[in-house]
Amino acid sequence: MSVQHLADVADMRPHQDLASRSVAACLSGASVKFGRFTALENISLEIGEGEFWTILGPSGCGKSTMLRLVSDLVPAAKGNVEILGKTTEAARLAREFAFVFQDATLLPWRSALQNVELPLEIGRKRGAKIPRSDKDPRELLDLVGLKGREDALPHELSGGMRQRVAIARALVCKPRLLLMDEPFGALDEMTRDHLNLQLRDIWQETGVTILFVTHSIPEAVFLGQKVLMLRANPGRVKDVINVDLPAKREIALRETPEFNRYCGRLRQLLEEC
Amino acid sequence: MSLAHISSEIDEDKADRLVEVRQRAGNVAIPLGTAISLLLIWQLGVRFFDVPTYIAPAPTDVLAVFKDESALLLRNFWPTLIESLSGFVVGNLAAILIAVAFVHSRTIEKAFFPIAVFINTIPILAIAPILVLIFGAGMTAKVVIAALICFFPTLVNMVRGLQSVSPQTLELARILSASKSEVFWKIRLPSSLPFLFSALKIAATTCVIGAIVGEWIGADVGLGALIIDSTFNFRSPLLYATVFVSSGLSVLLFTAVSVAEKLVIRW
Repeated sequence: MSVQHLADVADMRPHQDLASRSVAACLSGASVKFGRFTALENISLEIGEGEFWTILGPSGCGKSTMLRLVSDLVPAAKGNVEILGKTTEAARLAREFAFVFQDATLLPWRSALQNVELPLEIGRKRGAKIPRSDKDPRELLDLVGLKGREDALPHELSGGMRQRVAIARALVCKPRLLLMDEPFGALDEMTRDHLNLQLRDIWQETGVTILFVTHSIPEAVFLGQKVLMLRANPGRVKDVINVDLPAKREIALRETPEFNRYCGRLRQLLEEC
Repeated sequence: MSLAHISSEIDEDKADRLVEVRQRAGNVAIPLGTAISLLLIWQLGVRFFDVPTYIAPAPTDVLAVFKDESALLLRNFWPTLIESLSGFVVGNLAAILIAVAFVHSRTIEKAFFPIAVFINTIPILAIAPILVLIFGAGMTAKVVIAALICFFPTLVNMVRGLQSVSPQTLELARILSASKSEVFWKIRLPSSLPFLFSALKIAATTCVIGAIVGEWIGADVGLGALIIDSTFNFRSPLLYATVFVSSGLSVLLFTAVSVAEKLVIRW
């Protein structure tokens, strides 16, 4: 299994300074086991800070497990995972990363604003000081396009709006790594397109590193700078593809031959898995 | 916009409101009309077949008791209300605390859940005399019986409620490094509230049954005592009136819980 170790200057974000480039997440030979079942085997990756990675693979290949490994929800059976030079536990306590689930996972009795504030309220007793975004929760809701809906309860919001609240909540502690597990999987096409554009904007504005699991090939190409392809049984790295498309993404990009070439190549890879 | 247009819009608005008013009136009028008709049939039937009052009193006889014996009814209403309410509070509080203990520790659940089920299987009518023997003829026995009858449904619902948190929400809590008490107060407890209120609605009516059953066994005041007393003295109109007051008490408690639910659970 060849592991691409990538330090592609061409692919880096234009405003990023070469010298400041550091590693956001580093997996070395990491495996995850559930009982006798091996979910992930020997994963080695280096994810540079500020990069946008999308993760693709057949179902059951351990895409979600990989995010759960990075976020200290499941332990590594073998190998090692480091987040910004810390153990995953230390990174969790310092709120270095945030997680956006497939389901918005909002607390239904809390308003949109109160849901965004939740991370600031809990987990304070564990010593580490909780970092705060430069933007206050109201501004974050504004950032995701929910100005004026601060006091709405989750059941009063649409699926797309709920997911945007979840994104605002993820940003409230100023994470340096954002883990997203098929966050737009349950949404309709239009909402999904809109949120994809918004997420690119947020990424460019905040400089956060993003690991984004999806099962949509066009979404993976549209969002990511790098697409990580996993294969199943057991989950291993199949390939890492650099997506060399203009940094400014627009919906029209999807009609271009370059975009479709990437999609075609990924589809072929997926079939080989 | 022309004036005619505006006025037609206003008319439409009025028509809409009229339909709504009619609908609401219908919601009240239909069940009320049915009830009144049934009472009328009862009244006419009793009069027509010349049924003796002690076997089945006419609605007007019962109404007369409400007027003439209101002091007696009220004097017996208060003890039952207090017993029901105390039993409601004690039984539900115990159920909630034990549910919290169950969710906290599997061992406690394993140890005590079978006992809780066993207690629940004993018919309340069978256990009531035992409790009266233990606690005497005072209010305590009635409160305990009312509490006992509330206990089990609330225990089961509350355990389910506390466990109703989705795995993803718990993962979120872990990523936020939430402590056990934070998970309990900020996530588990609010999640359980809809389940708790379902149980409280059941308890609101059953606690009255518990108090009345307790009063049957040994009491000289209370609606239960009045039911026994009026039955043995063939004072059927008073018996019927007491039954109505008892059911009124249940409705009162049920409504109170429903209103509280509306205020607390907005989601």
